Amino acid sequence: MEFFHKQTNIAFMRTRKVWYALSIVMMVVSLGALVTRGLNLAIDFTGGVSVEAALPTAANVDAIRTQLEAAGFHEPQVGIFGSSREVAIRLPPDSSRSVAEIRAKVEAALLAVAPGAEVRNLAVVGPQVGDELRTSAIWALSFTLLLIFIYIAFRFHTWRLSAGAIVAVMHDPILVLGIFSISKTPFDLAVVAAILAVIGYSLNDTVVIFDRIRERFEHNRRLAPITVLDQAINQTLSRTIMTKVVTMIVVVALLFLGGPVLRGFSEALAIGILAGTYSSIYISSAIALDAGLTAEHVFPTVKKSAVDDLP
Amino acid sequence: MLEYARWKYILVCLVLVAALLFALPNFFGEDPALQVVRKDRVAMDAAAQQQVAKFLGEHGVAYTSTFVDNGRLMVRFGSVASQLAARDAVNENLGGEYITALSFASRAPAWLGRMGLRPMPLGLDLRGGLHLLYQVDVNGAVGQLLESYEQDFRRVLGEKKLAFLDIVTITQGADIPNGVRVLLAPGTDADAVVAALKEVQSDLAIESLTLPSGPAVQAVLTPQQIRQRQDYAIQQNLTTLRNRVNELGVSEPIVQRQGFDRIIVQLPGVQNSADVKDILGKVATLEFRLVDTQGDLAQAVQSGRAPLGSKLYKDKDGRPVLLKRDLIVTGDQLTDAMTAATQDGPGVSVKLDARGGAQMLKTTQANLGKPMAVVFIEKSRQTVDVGGKKVEREVTDQRVISVATIRGVFSNQFQITGLTQTEARELALLLRAGSLAAPIFLAEERAIGPSLGAQNIEQGVMALIVGMLGVFAFMVIYYHVFGIVADLVLLANVLLLTALLSMMGAALSLPGIAGIILTVGMAVDANVLIYERIREELRIGVSPQAAIRAGFDKAFSAIADSNVTTLIAGIVLWVFGTGAIRGFAVVLSLGIATSMFTALMGSRALLTLMYGGRAKVGKLAIG
Repeated sequence: MEFFHKQTNIAFMRTRKVWYALSIVMMVVSLGALVTRGLNLAIDFTGGVSVEAALPTAANVDAIRTQLEAAGFHEPQVGIFGSSREVAIRLPPDSSRSVAEIRAKVEAALLAVAPGAEVRNLAVVGPQVGDELRTSAIWALSFTLLLIFIYIAFRFHTWRLSAGAIVAVMHDPILVLGIFSISKTPFDLAVVAAILAVIGYSLNDTVVIFDRIRERFEHNRRLAPITVLDQAINQTLSRTIMTKVVTMIVVVALLFLGGPVLRGFSEALAIGILAGTYSSIYISSAIALDAGLTAEHVFPTVKKSAVDDLP
Repeated sequence: MLEYARWKYILVCLVLVAALLFALPNFFGEDPALQVVRKDRVAMDAAAQQQVAKFLGEHGVAYTSTFVDNGRLMVRFGSVASQLAARDAVNENLGGEYITALSFASRAPAWLGRMGLRPMPLGLDLRGGLHLLYQVDVNGAVGQLLESYEQDFRRVLGEKKLAFLDIVTITQGADIPNGVRVLLAPGTDADAVVAALKEVQSDLAIESLTLPSGPAVQAVLTPQQIRQRQDYAIQQNLTTLRNRVNELGVSEPIVQRQGFDRIIVQLPGVQNSADVKDILGKVATLEFRLVDTQGDLAQAVQSGRAPLGSKLYKDKDGRPVLLKRDLIVTGDQLTDAMTAATQDGPGVSVKLDARGGAQMLKTTQANLGKPMAVVFIEKSRQTVDVGGKKVEREVTDQRVISVATIRGVFSNQFQITGLTQTEARELALLLRAGSLAAPIFLAEERAIGPSLGAQNIEQGVMALIVGMLGVFAFMVIYYHVFGIVADLVLLANVLLLTALLSMMGAALSLPGIAGIILTVGMAVDANVLIYERIREELRIGVSPQAAIRAGFDKAFSAIADSNVTTLIAGIVLWVFGTGAIRGFAVVLSLGIATSMFTALMGSRALLTLMYGGRAKVGKLAIG
């Protein structure tokens, strides 16, 4: 089986203005959503309480909420998840009580309404821990981008390719963050891990295409850059699609079978991998082209009297 | 002809055999088990093993086998029901002698265990249990150090009969108190005081200075000394927490430092957190002081000011007691503590180290017939409202738990009486497990129920199997025989990854399983790059064997480059992440390494075996 029986010859670069526009719209919407709506941060980052409990009978959500309010918690969120006999409780951080005290009160309130409830998952995170995690997550993202910038600059010698790679690499996590912001999907530590993995994978595609661009330029440095870029993308296209299909097979398995704990993680990966494929085909090379990339940048003419062995 | 060096074949084979061996223990699964250890922490021997086995037999509890591992007796059961029955029976009848903990025992054959090969332990999210994150109050540790200097200074100045007005802690060029100052009356010889203090604290920079109130002598800690003290406090707390966790008898606990001033405690299988946290988090220590019998207690209570050299305390029932400021012995000079039945009811029998014993001897000789008090000190953190702003503050609760007349001269061994049974037991445990060098506070608590853990495993394994089968099928459809080669290489990759993780003894968590699944998806990439290259070469009319060679050679730079970028993300995650995220990072990074090895070497060895020997290959079955 082959996706493309013959070598494709799609003029990717000719339509780049359209894709620029599409990407700009997506970036503006994503950043706008991030600024105006923010992220639905999980207690990993905010601190607070999250409880999942299985009840012996159908849950009386209002009674649990009232009981929690009576216990002195502000704005308790109580909802049903899974079946009607499973509840999820979310409480905002409360620095006036100790972690142990909060736990005891939540359990007592829950058991008062539903005797025999089984607490399946309980997490109480102090506000300070949450703050620190937020800082270290931002550090991790910035640090990854910086290291990758250095690596690309070192590997491809010209800032034109580096710039294309960096824009493509920023593009994908911003899109993931934007979609998470719009859909209000809970954003926890595992999602940060997924986003870092997405940054790695997205670049992976870009690098494979750049590798081929270098090879094409080496092969024939007189070809127009736009032709070389199209050739490189076309020649790697079946690999790009094949790898993405296979990766998506496992990500979809994780998404549907991995359970609620991995839901956000798998969603971030799925969005990120799709975005990464798009951006490495349409964005990274296009930016390098518009930055004026030529064979000369990839292979500077060596000022030597050596005989040029080009045909 | 396609050729591949013989040593490379041998290398691939050796690596695969080793991987199979290391990964093997993971494939056997686990039985419910009960861990039994002696309360006095003496290693379990064959006799104890027989005693427990006989006991279980008599109580009609069915068990599969028993074995001793690292001084712990493990009893293996066929079902969770008999595991629970056994725990209850042992706790009820042998509870005085043994501590039990619910656990799991690998079904892997014993010879694997003897070779040191063990399955990956499961993380809390897969097994259920309690995760606690403690914040160590490192500044409190510095405060304690200053307090001990203050006491040393008081003692030495008293002994040398050098008069001073007061000793206070000071804050100089730091955001926490970092020095001790001795205030002297005008005209006092400060140099004599400096010399006296240097005798007891030679490593402190002690200097004299003149204040408006008169001469003074002060010692300020350097930033290095502060840092050292904080580090020491955390190490000491780690040891103490480890001891306390061991006293709890939990199986496979984890006590680890995280970052600079945090400690993680993970207790698999523990559900009831209240008791556990009580014991772990208690900052309890003892002080022995003489009762001030001369001071006017009534006046001290009224004015709230104790006479010079004394301090006002309260006893268990809230009655005031006046105690001397001079310490006889503190909790850290204690070497052992055990509950004991005494003539005056339950008590704790205490042993001191040599220095503590000598001090106790001196004190009891000089103060026969006078009362001595035991002060119990417990620290906790409370939030108080200061001008509308909530501030966390450390609260020290000091209680006199017993006042007794010194009836005889004793040194390093004596009893504390006047306690209830429960108080005696808890006090002995806390004292034995050591005191915490600095207060700790619970910063995070996560409890995962066992049923959720089981569900997480089931879902993780299901996703892994379905994902792998999907990839396998797709590769065969797309690349035919070459797809089968890729699938074999993929299997070898998962085997290698499992072996590496088992060797490291890293706990497997749900994000870790996700990492393995992701690796399966990504490891295909290297094969795809190679195979697509081979197809390209075939398309332009290169001979099959040359196409294979060119495919591997030309794909190499793309494979190396693209893996480095993912590796960068993996390493950053490892550096910044904690817990399960770090587990994911480890799997991701190792997965890249193993997939490069299997795709470049394993797959080439296999393809060369298949196509290399023949002089001419008609057509490649690459789809």
